[in-house]
Amino acid sequence: MAYDNFTILRSAAVPMPIENVDTDQIIPARFLKATERKGFGDNLFRDWRYNPDNTPKADFVLNNPTYSANGPARKILVGGKNFGSGSSREHAAWAIYDYGFRCVVSSFFADIFKNNCLNVGILPVTVSHEFADRIFAAIEADPSTELEVNLPEQTITLLATGDSERFAINEYKKHNLLNGYDDIDYLLSMKSEIEAFADTRPF
Amino acid sequence: MSTPKTLFDKVWDAHVIRHVEDGPDVLFIDRHFIHEVTSPVAFLGLEGRGAPVLFPGRTFATADHNTPTLNQHLPVADPLSANQLRALEVNTAKYGISHWGLGHQKNGIVHVIGPENGITLPGMTIVCGDSHTSTHGAFGAIAFGIGTSEVEMVLASQCIMQPKPKKMRITVNGTLSKAVMPKDVILYIIAQISASGATGYFVEYAGEVFRNMSMEGRMTVCNMSIEMGARGGIIAPDQTTLNYLNGREMTPKGEAWDRLVPYWESLSTDEGAEFDVDLTFDAANIEPQITYGTNPGLGTGISRQIPVAEAVKDGAASYKKSLQYMGFAENESMVGKPIDFVFLGSCTNGRIEDFRAFASIVKGHRKADNVTAWLVPGSHVVERQIKEEGILDILTEAGFELRQPGCSACLAMNEDKIPAGKYAVSTSNRNFEGRQGPGARTLLASPLVAAAAAVTGKVTDPREFI
Repeated sequence: MAYDNFTILRSAAVPMPIENVDTDQIIPARFLKATERKGFGDNLFRDWRYNPDNTPKADFVLNNPTYSANGPARKILVGGKNFGSGSSREHAAWAIYDYGFRCVVSSFFADIFKNNCLNVGILPVTVSHEFADRIFAAIEADPSTELEVNLPEQTITLLATGDSERFAINEYKKHNLLNGYDDIDYLLSMKSEIEAFADTRPF
Repeated sequence: MSTPKTLFDKVWDAHVIRHVEDGPDVLFIDRHFIHEVTSPVAFLGLEGRGAPVLFPGRTFATADHNTPTLNQHLPVADPLSANQLRALEVNTAKYGISHWGLGHQKNGIVHVIGPENGITLPGMTIVCGDSHTSTHGAFGAIAFGIGTSEVEMVLASQCIMQPKPKKMRITVNGTLSKAVMPKDVILYIIAQISASGATGYFVEYAGEVFRNMSMEGRMTVCNMSIEMGARGGIIAPDQTTLNYLNGREMTPKGEAWDRLVPYWESLSTDEGAEFDVDLTFDAANIEPQITYGTNPGLGTGISRQIPVAEAVKDGAASYKKSLQYMGFAENESMVGKPIDFVFLGSCTNGRIEDFRAFASIVKGHRKADNVTAWLVPGSHVVERQIKEEGILDILTEAGFELRQPGCSACLAMNEDKIPAGKYAVSTSNRNFEGRQGPGARTLLASPLVAAAAAVTGKVTDPREFI
């Protein structure tokens, strides 16, 4: 599915300094029954965000007015180590995107989740543990502090202090994100090569 | 002489059509499994592009994640679930893809039916929109889970674009002790290296323990590779593999089989091949395992106590949150904790050997009154075996009932949900918060541990029964 291209993003962030946030937390399985990619943001972090009677849980970060009511919607989610582990459900990335996030920052991502993000137009930014700690500290000190994620330069910066770190992304994926392309466009362009290869397979 | 290669390299390199400069490899996919939950949006995408399915014969569909495990002959009650099952039926019919839907005699959990019908073969690349696709690595295949965008990719082009992962080898030497099952081996490994210890790696399992393991056991081990973050796990094919495959419905026959055997026999890691990480464990240190926390890395030997926060790799705050969710405290003993539910099943432990093991303990005992037990075979084939081998009689006599095949309470997408606050000893693969139902508390364990809990109503060392 095509998505908006990604270049430079400036936004305040939502902090979630919890380790091993698995995709069952990001979107529980009972919300995977749709046959279209619509409305998953409503159930993002459903069981951390809402009580069984559907009232919001006051202590959850997405319900905290400090991070939701002040200024424009936040487009950056900063998570703890091993973010997105577990189930391969792309619905987790869809829910994050549909809620309004375009970038997830962590010191360590689970592989499938990271691929899913890249495939739907969310930029997963892997930072050092130290830089992740500094981001959390900066947000705690000033919840409105802004981050700049610059894909062409591959940098993430705390704008208030200029504290910055470079992040890695392969040139191919970077090019795709900058232009809003996806892998299928690429693969369809090599169809005859694929068909010739298939003929050589023993099974 | 050429550079020594790992098993993983041999299979991966044989599937690379193109290497993108500073980018991923274009990897050809031999077999693609799809199910009702992660495929509908992929088909929508395909339709939007006006693209056909390039090789419909290389994709196989089953309904498993969102199916009832009782009264499968009746219409599915939940309209959303019914709609999803219908979408799979319509999409597969439209594109000419084989579909073993609900009620089909070969229906079952995707990672159970692939191997048991001989669709999974050594040397293949296999993907599915499900992280436990790693199961098929037991056959010496490269198999891993993908997202829905990638499902669309494979439907459209029979390829995906993946950077080559790093390589890890995990060797377990020695002989397994009494009542220690393949599930205990993998839970032990995950507890040693943590739920993220193999992220970025593809794992080869090597050593005496895996060589002596049945195919069912190897599938259990490879299945949970993802629970330590690995993309997949792989075990070199050997005579055990060939014996399992020979004669299965869709395995090559006659001359085709004879031609493939030498190739399959070449699929092992060369002497001197290098791994990025090489770990070795001793089977003697592995006892029956059980988890106490909310990720599969938070497990321990059943006779031990819940560790203190300082002793675990996760951050102390996350660890304490985890114990709080479970209603447990540091230093508590696991044995003796009362439980409410037992779940035997899933792509991890829903095969015939798992039911044999469970039956070996419950035979001559009665299900504890405080326990609700859900026994869910991985497929109709397994269900039939359970009946033919007399296991059903043993289970019935002990007060248990058998349900119909599906993923069931492993992910609780259907009605099989563990109620909030209740404890379930589960043979499945994930103990995440709410995984088995909102508020449910999961203790992952082997079928033997599950059986011991089912008859005593509390966490019990299965060695007491053997």
